[in-house]
Amino acid sequence: MTDFSVWVIFSNLLLATRWTIALSLIAFVAGGVVGLALLFARMSKFRPLAKFVALYIEFFQGTPLLMQLFMLFFGVALFGVEISPWTAASLALTFWTSAFLAEIWRGCVESVPRGQWEAGSSVALSYMEQMRYVILPQAMRIAVPPTVGFSVQVIKGTALASIIGFVELTRAGTMLNNATFRPFLVYSLVGLIYFCLCYPLSFAAKRLERRLNAAR
Amino acid sequence: MIYKLQFVDLLPYWDVLARGLVFTIVLTCVSTAAGVAVGTCGASARAFGPRWLAGVVAAYVEIIRNTPFIVQLFFVYFGLPTLGLKLTEAEAAFLAMTINLGAYSTEIIRAGIEATPKGLIEAGVSLAMTRMQVLRHVVLKPAFQKTWPALASQIIIVMLGSSVVSQISAEDLTYAANFIQSRNFRAFEAYFVVALAYLLLAITARALLRGLGARLFPGARS
Amino acid sequence: MPLVSIRDVRKRFGENEVLKGVSVSVEKGDVVAIIGRSGSGKSTLLRCVNGLETHDSGSIVVDETPVDNARTDMRELRKHVGMVFQQFNLFPHLTAAGNVMLAPRVVNGVSEKEARDLAAAMLAKVGLSEKMDAWPSQLSGGQQQRVAIARALAMNPKVLLCDEITSALDPELVNEVLRVVEKLAAEGMTLILVTHEMRFARDVGTKLVFMHQGMVHEEGPPKELMAAPRTPELRQFIGAIA
Ligand SMILES: Nc1ncnc2c1ncn2[C@@H]1O[C@H](COP(=O)(O)OP(=O)(O)OP(=O)(O)O)[C@@H](O)[C@H]1O
Ligand SMILES: [Mg+2]
Repeated sequence: MTDFSVWVIFSNLLLATRWTIALSLIAFVAGGVVGLALLFARMSKFRPLAKFVALYIEFFQGTPLLMQLFMLFFGVALFGVEISPWTAASLALTFWTSAFLAEIWRGCVESVPRGQWEAGSSVALSYMEQMRYVILPQAMRIAVPPTVGFSVQVIKGTALASIIGFVELTRAGTMLNNATFRPFLVYSLVGLIYFCLCYPLSFAAKRLERRLNAAR
Repeated sequence: MIYKLQFVDLLPYWDVLARGLVFTIVLTCVSTAAGVAVGTCGASARAFGPRWLAGVVAAYVEIIRNTPFIVQLFFVYFGLPTLGLKLTEAEAAFLAMTINLGAYSTEIIRAGIEATPKGLIEAGVSLAMTRMQVLRHVVLKPAFQKTWPALASQIIIVMLGSSVVSQISAEDLTYAANFIQSRNFRAFEAYFVVALAYLLLAITARALLRGLGARLFPGARS
Repeated sequence: MPLVSIRDVRKRFGENEVLKGVSVSVEKGDVVAIIGRSGSGKSTLLRCVNGLETHDSGSIVVDETPVDNARTDMRELRKHVGMVFQQFNLFPHLTAAGNVMLAPRVVNGVSEKEARDLAAAMLAKVGLSEKMDAWPSQLSGGQQQRVAIARALAMNPKVLLCDEITSALDPELVNEVLRVVEKLAAEGMTLILVTHEMRFARDVGTKLVFMHQGMVHEEGPPKELMAAPRTPELRQFIGAIA
């Protein structure tokens, strides 16, 4: 058995962290775009569409992310298409993220007082114009802290991609543990790296929220 | 190529599914009770305990909230035995979930405690209650009442997150799906059915928790 | 021996000396009205009497027991000293009866049934018999404050401290609370109240204490003091409030 120094383990973990970061960014950005579309659909006046999106959100919030990963990974294979763990993980995390962000943002839009809509219509703005010029600018301010906060959940969510074989931080940890038999050390380091990724975001979310509350 | 979904192929494994379902339910219930108890103590310690203890609790909360549950689980299951603490899969799953929910509920309940007006505490003290009596009757009960919805959704999040315990071979609902698809190769069907089972669990749990909240904390909120 | 004797009490918050040697004595059955400008130390003095604040020097004796922050069993003291607050401070998760029953139950270990009977009696005393099972959020400010009085009375205190208990109330609700206090005074309850209700202080009070800059500036029978203030500060204070 080769003798792994702590540094070797750590540097290998750091290398794998790139993939955790990449996957997080993809899921967050793509999830944000899809989430925005879902937000509009959820709030649209066309009831069947809003209803469908509500179901979509209920499904992705009400089932484990791991099940979503498995279903995507194995479900696409049913069509005879080979799907890489990387693609499967990106897609599943995107869907999952979009559902949560859409719901978070809907809460923010709804927390803008009704009077703002009425003020908008009183100066003859259309629904879309009210949304664009009156509601969204206000909702966006409110939305920043919880959105930053949710990015932490996304980073932690990417750890599940390890289960379908995508080699990111957690998977690298498992592999290194199998090679070194030093689980305490390896998983402490893995945890430490996740903490360094997540804590600044958690901290920022808390600060932003406090500032927002103070401003109001 | 058109694939035909074959849900009937799951039927022979109904007992595996049932056992997994029971395990997931029991795991959730037990670690919810333990986790909320940890959270109550943690929140009380953070709000009223000595400085060093409040600091320890704060560190615990931040560490857990900023690392993935699966890493916590692996740490408990693979890491703790090297310190001499050997755990079965089920014990490790239960412990990791309790630690996880304990941290989140500490944070949630603490917010409720901090929202308690100082005047209420003084009113309790003026009525000759001890610190512990004030904590229990004046601070914690309204704190729970106020934060119950947040606590309930965290419990559901933790329940869904518990599917990861299948990775240390704890025999939960997800483990059942893994088992079935390894036998009959109906992966999508197995995961789909189990996902629906989780969805039903989540919906049921939400209703139950809401009912429990109404039961435990009657009356108009202030 | 007076029921409450406050002698040369001093108290500072950091640099700010809030009480600069205050002495007041309260006999059993007295109704002492403390008046004075905002910041003159009225609340602090009251809070020292039941140990919510600690005093730095001097002595406070309640019913022959010294209130010594290091040695006194504060709980034993507080069983005999009730307090009613400006902001009512009702427990929002308990009904009116629940608020009154809590301390008798957990502090005195009274049975549920006895506590409920006690609550019924106390709420009747403040004229809220029909509100036993109402939640605080369903009550008006005046009703909430009366529940708070009932809650304090349930511990059968020897003296009741009231800190501006009508200041947070809408004007039309002030009287219902004052009438309850007046009734308590008539029944012989010893009361120390910080108040801005000068008419009430004059008609119900047996003693008026005017505090100014952390000291007792003037004290005496309310009617005399108000009719003929000896110091320009009190004259000005009465002029400003009337
Ligand atoms: N906990 C505290 N820490 C620091 N300073 C305090 C504290 N409590 C009161 N003070 C200060 O002590 C002084 C006296 O306060 P106190 O509340 O006793 O006045 P008061 O006469 O009751 O006034 P008011 O009529 O406004 O209620 C004030 O200057 C106040 O700022
Ligand atoms: Mg005051």
